[in-house]
Amino acid sequence: MNASTVTPIGAPVRRKEDKRFITGKGRYTDDLSRPGQAHAYFLRSPYAHARIRTIDTAAAAEMPGVVGVLTGRDLAQDGLGGLICGWMINSKDGSPMRAGAHPALAVDTVRYVGDHVAVVIAETLNLAKDAAAALAVEYEVLPAVPDLAVAQAQGAAQIHEAAPNNTVFEWELGDRAAVEAAFAQAAHVTEIDIVNNRLAPNPMEPRAAIGEYDAGDEAYTLWTTSQNPHVARLVLSAFVGLAPENKLRVIAPDVGGGFGSKIFIYAEETVCAWAAKKVGRPVKWTCERGEAFLCDAHGRDHVTKGRLALDAQGKILGFQVKTIANMGAYLSTFASCVPTYLYATLLSGQYAIPAIYCEVDAVYTNTAPVDAYRGAGRPEATFLVERIVDKAARELGIDPAEMRRRNFITAFPHQTPVIMCYDAGDYAASLDKALEMADYAGFPARRAEAERRGKLRGIGLSNYIEACGIAPSAAVGSLGAGVGLWESAEVRVNPTGNVEVLTGSHSHGQGHETTFAQLVSARLGIPIDQVTVIHGDTDKVQFGMGTYGSRSGAVGMSAIVKALDKVEAKAKKIAAHILEASEGDIEFKDGRFSVAGTDRGLAFAEVALNAYVAHKFPTSEIEPGLKEGAFYDPTNFTFPAGCHVCELEVDPETGTTEIVNWIAVDDFGTVINPMIVEGQVHGGIAQGVGQALMERVAYDGEGQLVTGSYMDYQMPRAEDFPAFKVGMTETRCPSNPLGMKGCGEAGAIAAPPAVINALADALGTQDISMPATPAKVWAIAQARVTRQAAE
Amino acid sequence: MTHVSMTVNGRAVSADVEPRMLLVQFLREKLLLTGTHVGCDTSQCGACVVQVDGAAVKSCTLLAVQADGCAVLTIEGLAPSGALHPMQEAFREHHGLQCGFCTPGMIMTAMDMVARLGPDLDEATIRENLDGNLCRCTGYHNIVKAVAAGARAMAPASAAAE
Ligand code: FES
Ligand code: FES
Repeated sequence: MNASTVTPIGAPVRRKEDKRFITGKGRYTDDLSRPGQAHAYFLRSPYAHARIRTIDTAAAAEMPGVVGVLTGRDLAQDGLGGLICGWMINSKDGSPMRAGAHPALAVDTVRYVGDHVAVVIAETLNLAKDAAAALAVEYEVLPAVPDLAVAQAQGAAQIHEAAPNNTVFEWELGDRAAVEAAFAQAAHVTEIDIVNNRLAPNPMEPRAAIGEYDAGDEAYTLWTTSQNPHVARLVLSAFVGLAPENKLRVIAPDVGGGFGSKIFIYAEETVCAWAAKKVGRPVKWTCERGEAFLCDAHGRDHVTKGRLALDAQGKILGFQVKTIANMGAYLSTFASCVPTYLYATLLSGQYAIPAIYCEVDAVYTNTAPVDAYRGAGRPEATFLVERIVDKAARELGIDPAEMRRRNFITAFPHQTPVIMCYDAGDYAASLDKALEMADYAGFPARRAEAERRGKLRGIGLSNYIEACGIAPSAAVGSLGAGVGLWESAEVRVNPTGNVEVLTGSHSHGQGHETTFAQLVSARLGIPIDQVTVIHGDTDKVQFGMGTYGSRSGAVGMSAIVKALDKVEAKAKKIAAHILEASEGDIEFKDGRFSVAGTDRGLAFAEVALNAYVAHKFPTSEIEPGLKEGAFYDPTNFTFPAGCHVCELEVDPETGTTEIVNWIAVDDFGTVINPMIVEGQVHGGIAQGVGQALMERVAYDGEGQLVTGSYMDYQMPRAEDFPAFKVGMTETRCPSNPLGMKGCGEAGAIAAPPAVINALADALGTQDISMPATPAKVWAIAQARVTRQAAE
Repeated sequence: MTHVSMTVNGRAVSADVEPRMLLVQFLREKLLLTGTHVGCDTSQCGACVVQVDGAAVKSCTLLAVQADGCAVLTIEGLAPSGALHPMQEAFREHHGLQCGFCTPGMIMTAMDMVARLGPDLDEATIRENLDGNLCRCTGYHNIVKAVAAGARAMAPASAAAE
């Protein structure tokens, strides 16, 4: 095989999956139809907190086209369990977290607007909606606690009996005494109050599901918009009790973005699968955008107080954090680990901080559940660290870049006081490169020029770090995870030498069909077109943990490497027999097995064919066929890091903020496909800027969702951005065979503090909350003008 | 039920539909042309953009009966011969898509942009004219590049040669 047809690692090869998407041939869940399918519509609670006195389904059941009306009582009667949270967190006093029950359909209480009351299944969606209008539900409205600030107060309404004071856990990490000692000798203390705004993930494809039951085989199939179909199957089998794993197939076909929100096991998918057997028809449900705002798990929503102890030169001595994290009305699948082990463990940022202490209270409110959203905990940590460091720099009169430099970790491995052991990085390198690309030195002149045009110009830095490649199974097990976080792969070589790779990772926009194939092409020396990547079907792939937390490269691809190692080893054995050489003399290079020092050799495809024909080697020693599987468990997290610079201009007359320049310099370790990696960075930045300037999920005092559509929830649009300038630095990750770190969340983590630091610079105040909407910015800018006039 | 007839991607189609059926539902559910997507319920995301009588339309804002007698073009009709349309090719070449869900609407909007504004589109014009299309994956960066390149590639051969 000619090596020039091989796609090497590092090549910006165009994506294999694009053809079907650009021609309208994608296969998203809602594009699929099953013969005889009926349509589900969920009746949702109009109240944030209420007791259900009665549900009268009789009239609805009589409506035209209705094939079934089901409630929480039917679910309970069938013995189905509730939805679970898979990560146990213990409070400071050692007591386990206090989680309330989470039935897929409410039994006697609804706890947020949108909570699931009943499902109507009919011949068409419109008929199901018509019938839902005829459902008579009598509610006893209860006092609601939508507001995080008062949820723990005495006398607040109680959302779950199991959780007194609406408190799920009171958790801590770090060394309180060491931090107190640090503050005792501090020359300066910087304090900050932060509200990390609640966000709606908003993948453009709304969630959808089709449940089907085969009465002959007594087996279920569930097509669903999932980032991790195997985990969905495991939870639906082992905890909900829908069916044994071998009688439940979960298929996640093309999925239109996830950003975390499609990790979780939700009520609707569960009910569709269960209802398919109840009504004897396939049951299809597709979420409307308004329902997605109500019910898809939200992200962020922290209220935090941070205190930083510094010496007179700006060296950080200690860091103390108190966070209240909103869980919403129920604990979603991974909700508990987000504000704890995915958050507080990153509070050291890129800095050598001798002592850190963090307390986190997780609190129920009468709002939609909150869980992982792009970055999950790490953006909240980075926002806090990068804001308080910037604020400290301004208070001490040190340039923010210099302030960071004075505190960088420079020697690796570095053990932080909050569990993580950073394995590799060069933070000064990314800062230097970013400052150069941003022409940091030339900023004062640009600011002066903007001022002449009546604009306030600011520049902001963000030096983020995240922990990806989640995660060593034993380590997360000791921290409370209910599952191991390894990944699996299988490499199937066909007799004609082309290859199928089965992976437990799941692609919902990340381009695995290309990067994974690229890896195989480079390794086996075969054209990328001869490699097909298969994922997202529990009947095809044996098991996998799915895709989130930028784990598909560092963990998923490492599993493929392991399987490829085994394929190569076996193929060498076979080649040795055919070439009548000793196994140790066989070399594999550029797709050819050859006998060292001779010109005798075989192409990869020839060895593949021989493996299946099995005439030329003793099958008593070597099994026929060429197919290998592997499970890879990471030995550490990976630590992507970098520096983003945001330069912006504020119009003090209108309060509008225009981002005029964006520099991203990231260290992702080895990059397989830079085109795809840069695309991930772009998308992350846009989501991060959305959080900083536009997005916020808001509830009113009664717990009604105020931002329930794209008319009320501002999504970033093309006009909100300049072209991004993306650069890279590289330190290899030492803990996985490819040296990869992960890139999926970097932008979303780095961007919010870069924007707010730039705004603080432009407006001359640190008191800016997210989202910094034109109304807020205008008020600050006007106050500044008034202040300056008075001076 | 109301009877509607229209031309979709050059083919005459007709069906009995509920008067409340949207054009996007008609395309997806009756004709099984599932390349046109639904991303919202307030006509703001643009995932459903098709052409009706040559103009870009959000097919979730139109009832099927309103398109009676019209010529509709969807993403599936862009490359009838199988060879990619230059705008499709540009999205691939410039990595203008990740999950692909917004992509059909983006491509149909881009086609309309070229029809209205010509093949020479600068960045600011493209960004402004993408106002009705949301993408959550790409940060728009590569979509803007793709639209510019696709537009250039659609220039008549004589203009391109000049
Ligand atoms: S579905 Fe038509 S604009 Fe969103
Ligand atoms: S590519 Fe996913 S929404 Fe645009």
